[in-house]
Amino acid sequence: MPAETRPPDAKAKLLAGLREILPSEAIIAQREALRPYECDGLPAYRQTPLVAVLPGTIAQVQSIMRLCSRLAVPVVARGAATGLSGGALPLADGLLLGLARFDRILSLDPLARTARVQPGVRNLAISEAAAAHGLYYAPDPSSQIACTIGGNIAENSGGVHCLKYGLTVHNLLELKLVTADGELLTIGGESLDAAGYDLLALLTGSEGMLGIVVEALVRLLPKPPVARVLLAAFDEVGRAADAVGELIAAGIVPAGLEMMDRLAIRAAEDFVHAGYPVDAGAMLLCELDGTPEEVASQLECAIRVLRAAGASELREARDEAERALFWKGRKSAFPAVGRLAPDYYCMDGTVPRGRLAEVLEGIAERSRRYGLPVANVFHAGDGNLHPLILYDANDPEQLRKAEDFGAEILELSVAVGGSITGEHGVGQEKLHQMCVQFGPAELACFRDLKQAFDPAGLLNPGKAIPQPRHCSEYRELGGDTLTPPSRRGGLDG
Amino acid sequence: MADLSARLAARVREASEQRQPLRLAGSGSKAFLSDAAHGEPLELRGHEGIVSYQPRELVVRARAGTRLADLEALLAGNRQMLAFEPPAFGADATLGGAIACGLSGPRRPYVGAARDFVLGAQLIDGRGQRLRFGGEVMKNVAGYDVSRLMVGAFGSLGVLLDVSLKVLPRPQQETTLVLEHALTDALARMNRLASRALPLSAASWHAGVMRLRLSGAAEAVASAAREIGGERQADGEAYWQALREQRLEFFDPARLGGARLWRLSLPPTRPPLDLEGDCLLDWGGAQRWLISELTPEVVRRAAAEAGGHATCFRGPAPEDGRFHPLTPAMRRLHQRLKQVFDPRAILNPGLPCRTP
Ligand SMILES: Cc1cc2nc3c(=O)[nH]c(=O)nc-3n(C[C@H](O)[C@H](O)[C@H](O)COP(=O)(O)OP(=O)(O)OC[C@H]3O[C@@H](n4cnc5c(N)ncnc54)[C@H](O)[C@@H]3O)c2cc1C
Repeated sequence: MPAETRPPDAKAKLLAGLREILPSEAIIAQREALRPYECDGLPAYRQTPLVAVLPGTIAQVQSIMRLCSRLAVPVVARGAATGLSGGALPLADGLLLGLARFDRILSLDPLARTARVQPGVRNLAISEAAAAHGLYYAPDPSSQIACTIGGNIAENSGGVHCLKYGLTVHNLLELKLVTADGELLTIGGESLDAAGYDLLALLTGSEGMLGIVVEALVRLLPKPPVARVLLAAFDEVGRAADAVGELIAAGIVPAGLEMMDRLAIRAAEDFVHAGYPVDAGAMLLCELDGTPEEVASQLECAIRVLRAAGASELREARDEAERALFWKGRKSAFPAVGRLAPDYYCMDGTVPRGRLAEVLEGIAERSRRYGLPVANVFHAGDGNLHPLILYDANDPEQLRKAEDFGAEILELSVAVGGSITGEHGVGQEKLHQMCVQFGPAELACFRDLKQAFDPAGLLNPGKAIPQPRHCSEYRELGGDTLTPPSRRGGLDG
Repeated sequence: MADLSARLAARVREASEQRQPLRLAGSGSKAFLSDAAHGEPLELRGHEGIVSYQPRELVVRARAGTRLADLEALLAGNRQMLAFEPPAFGADATLGGAIACGLSGPRRPYVGAARDFVLGAQLIDGRGQRLRFGGEVMKNVAGYDVSRLMVGAFGSLGVLLDVSLKVLPRPQQETTLVLEHALTDALARMNRLASRALPLSAASWHAGVMRLRLSGAAEAVASAAREIGGERQADGEAYWQALREQRLEFFDPARLGGARLWRLSLPPTRPPLDLEGDCLLDWGGAQRWLISELTPEVVRRAAAEAGGHATCFRGPAPEDGRFHPLTPAMRRLHQRLKQVFDPRAILNPGLPCRTP
């Protein structure tokens, strides 16, 4: 329900109900105090919520959901708000449910290799706690110092190590979920599978639309004793892309296989001085890990393959310090590129590895056409692209171009058999491209699934799954060549 | 090679209009597990063939009626494999059946289960609509993950038409070690080894004998084998194959008599359950096979109290079905999901959990 159709006392009623559940310091209702909650990691979309709350117990979350069900107030969950698709964007007439106070690691079982954590625990904090036992939590998004496990589950986040160790969905055993009507469900368990349908898979990546994650049991892996990283420079992007395929064809599954193009290399080098090859057209970081023997054998093979694939320079990190530096450059590439222009717009399409070279060329061609520079820094081993479009949001013309360019990149990814999002989610941002990737029957199925969990449509409504009218409007407006005006609705800040 | 999608969809549409229940039929290799399903058989074996396979993409897409054995032979020819080692339980087992049952073999705890390798699927829902989810790329978070939801749903949410799977390179070398250990020691040792970075790829125990499989680069396997000790088993691969296919003597149906073979899925570190019967451990302790005459109530209660669940694999089906009963809240949710995909409940009615 849009804000203006709500009776004016809606906020008062909600606040009265919340005060019975939460201490007053856990309720934020003043406009100024709500400012920090108005966007996530995609600040082009901003909206102040009606009210924000910071509960600290599962029982409180259940009561909040019951209250919101009764009052028909929509609810948006928020972890650390590092999401890059507007998934945690509040609703004007909705409650923002912050999970920051659920920040405890409840238990860690080194023998069973699991950690039981609250949803607001930071991704990196799990690995830090597990380190004492020689274990770690494998999915490592570049945002891992800040992002929460609840957000990771909602987005099915990946990281530089997921080619070998999987995404969030592969490293999760159980979650506790509060449903829209306040019921507490346990999905999965300590065993490797559970009776009934694989709801754990369905819920992972569901963008906060099917339930609120209030606890999770994650799998920990033994830390490989050895990790070595190779830096390979190439004259051009296409050669680097082909080398990726050659490595896989040789039977190597690297722990990480990342690519950066010239613009990204230079930006990162200026930022962290990692010793990157600033004259190269592209570079690969290829990490191999395992036992000393395993790594030695793979390293030898990888060096041979990369040479044969035309690497103009090939270096192994000399020591642990240099290895950390190589990765630091990669992990800070987004902020580094961010310094090159007032704003950047990060895309997240995936493509079959074999089409990487062609898609990168397609992006370069569009970059020339739109007159907006693009830096590419991405998970090459997974075929997960992250083109960063550089623009100035204060120039409406550039903003429009950046959005259209982004939409074209996603549609290009779909056209070559890929997806509009590999790990950042659909959120508010990619609703229209969902109409390109899926047909009406699949979209209807998604809507029915949401209804099965959330009949009243109160959990993060309007995100991730477009309504049929979105798609018909988008098609009428010419799909991939135009961005419909409705898309600008949230761009007011 | 035949694409029967259109014909199969028409058949489901017709059945839906007539509210005619359909029993999805592959080769019948796992029919003993899905004996609760009833209805007219819907023959799926003809819908077969590899749709695409590019070894360097590590992805294969095949029609559901494709013989598992044919698919695995194709991969082996390219030094690749289905890393979750799906049990076939019959020479003609199909890919669709393997995915619908969602079973995984000895490598599962170390590399992942069937659901972990599914990248996409095309299916026919209970209305006869063809739907396509996921794709052939490694990462894809657009929309809900319906393809993984199909794994282990025993065809009750849709007729699988084709499946895209991630494949992995075959390890350079595999070695099987045999060690003597009492059950409790074996369990502890399996878990301790799994929490270290060793190239472990299977761990089983029965009657005082623990077996471990190591996989990887030749030198890595040799060095781990030296460290762990024990004897080498000459025909190691045959052993793991027999375990996966339930052809070890332990599984001999003649031994069963009136007893049941239970699959207990438990937290791997759980001490041995106090249940009378013969027990074989797989999955490093996370999957335990129990041959027992105890009643289903007793076995299930023990499994649930230990944090797991029990499936009756062989022997007479318990009154409330072969699968572990769900809590009332979970059952309601399952019914709503069934409604989404199959509103007239015509696909494999009775599976995977009996609807009242
Ligand atoms: C610099 C940078 C680098 C990044 N790198 C990566 C990367 O390498 N890989 C990657 O995958 N992502 C990456 N991201 C994206 C982002 O960090 C992830 O999507 C992350 O998982 C979001 O976590 P969060 O806690 O910030 O969630 P938020 O942004 O707060 O929320 C994300 C979504 O999850 C929902 N949600 C949050 N908590 C819960 C809960 N408890 N229950 C239900 N729903 C919930 C929200 O409603 C929202 O829809 C990056 C982001 C930045 C800014």
